[in-house]
Amino acid sequence: MSLLVTIRKDLGSFRLNVSFETQEGVLGLLGASGCGKSMTLRCIAGIVRPDEGRIVLNGRTLFDSRARIDLPPQRRRVGFLFQHYALFPHMTAAQNILSGMDRRMDKAARQARLEELLERFRLTGLEGRRPGQLSGGQQQRVALARILSGDPELLLLDEPFSALDSYLRWQLELELMEVLERFGKPAVLVSHSRGEVFRLCRQVCVLDQGRSQGVADTQALFDAPSTVAACLLSGCKNLSRARALPGGRVEALDWGVVLECARPLPPGLTHVGIQTRKLRPAAAPGPNVVPCRVERVIDDPDARILMLSTPASQPGQGLLRLEWVGDPSACPAPGAPFWVALDPGDLLLLTS
Amino acid sequence: MDWYPLYNSLRIAAISTVIIFFLGILAAYYVAKLPRLVKGALDVVLTLPLVLPPTVVGYFLLRLLGPRRAVGMWFLETFDLKLTMVWYAAVFASAAVAFPLMYRTARGAFEAFDETLADAARTLGRSNTWIFWRVRMPCCRQGILAGTVLSFARALGEYGATAMIAGYTPGRTATISTTVYQLWRTGDDASAMKWVLVNLAISAVVLTAVNLMERRDRQARARRREAAP
Repeated sequence: MSLLVTIRKDLGSFRLNVSFETQEGVLGLLGASGCGKSMTLRCIAGIVRPDEGRIVLNGRTLFDSRARIDLPPQRRRVGFLFQHYALFPHMTAAQNILSGMDRRMDKAARQARLEELLERFRLTGLEGRRPGQLSGGQQQRVALARILSGDPELLLLDEPFSALDSYLRWQLELELMEVLERFGKPAVLVSHSRGEVFRLCRQVCVLDQGRSQGVADTQALFDAPSTVAACLLSGCKNLSRARALPGGRVEALDWGVVLECARPLPPGLTHVGIQTRKLRPAAAPGPNVVPCRVERVIDDPDARILMLSTPASQPGQGLLRLEWVGDPSACPAPGAPFWVALDPGDLLLLTS
Repeated sequence: MDWYPLYNSLRIAAISTVIIFFLGILAAYYVAKLPRLVKGALDVVLTLPLVLPPTVVGYFLLRLLGPRRAVGMWFLETFDLKLTMVWYAAVFASAAVAFPLMYRTARGAFEAFDETLADAARTLGRSNTWIFWRVRMPCCRQGILAGTVLSFARALGEYGATAMIAGYTPGRTATISTTVYQLWRTGDDASAMKWVLVNLAISAVVLTAVNLMERRDRQARARRREAAP
């Protein structure tokens, strides 16, 4: 079972240029708002027609601009969970679910399937309600039941939790995890939340202004992102423009330091970064130690954050962000000098 | 009192409303999908009867349907059917004049429709016909209902184009509006008053019906909101 996507489409403000391949399991499409994630899903589902490219699902060509194949959405067997679910507002939950079923099935079989789905999605007793009478979580379950009632070969999930209050998200994420595991066929999840992608997806593909950056294992992408976009999306807060120096060293232009690196520099290096949790306070100056000054101390729910100005800091720029995990009473005050060690092995060497 | 004008007016309005209902929705559905430039041009043409004096509409209809004109002559020769100065001629007049009301309200409703619902239905394997009748129409029913009632009211009150194309023949083409004018012209003020009252009563009933429907819909929606946890 596999999904292969190579599409290009001119969207006016930018060009969508996406290609990826995935086997069974969930692939995350991670990108900032407006980078073409939803448009990619719409192209796969056949709602929007790409300018050129190829989409092949389990060996079945859904779209091929060269062979002039463009299956209508009705014949693609692709289940699409829309951002706001797109439930039919004038139909009951049961009617919504039935609307996804193959009409060649006889009535008794459809009824049986409906009962089964109602039970599986804990909707028994709610089948007579309209979407407006259901909570956000119940609406999502109806939408999922409706999609699965048609027995699709691929699931597309467009920001599945964005329509929900934050306290509901966790519960629904657990439910969706179960649905996806049981589904067992390829699925593509679009999200701008690194947490969601990290927890739900085995593999991830970063999208930056319409361009896809290749599929990577989620764990690998979060541990060692190789592009600036991936680095930002993986939640890394410390990033500096950089210049490669001879001898495998880099000059971090925004921090005003020269750093030793443990790994060979990638060609076309533009930035260097380090994850917040990898920064270590240092006792004294030394190699890869940045002399800083505490600029600001910010209390976060789980930690205390120190914003540190570096030798090249401009106001609001070139700051390092460190999470203070030690004794709160020992936390330095604003204005105090502070040394930070950037371990050569922890440096992220990035291209744009 | 001869009730023929009431019967004639009601059947003319009813028939033209049925025609307008389908034509207006069809036009609204297809025009809403067109590229902007074509849409703008077609929109002007389709809305024109709303702002033109009804006599101008009547003039155009006569030029088209008159016994010596292209369409009128063809019908006369082929089916031996007169298209002017008969009761059903008034159907053309009121349909032409009331059409823009249906078309515009239906188009407004279609444009406010959330296309994601149609997209969702297509990914669920549903045909465009199914989507139109089972999703688009029910979701737009408020606007379509309003357009239908307005068209009916406008068709019932049509005078100018009707007078030109159907004329006034008592017991044959007389409608309420042409009767009121005829009675007033001949100085029969008392009879004219009766028909004015009849007209007022019908209009009041139609408008009350619209208001009741709206209120029922509002209440139903409020109940639905309350029931939602």
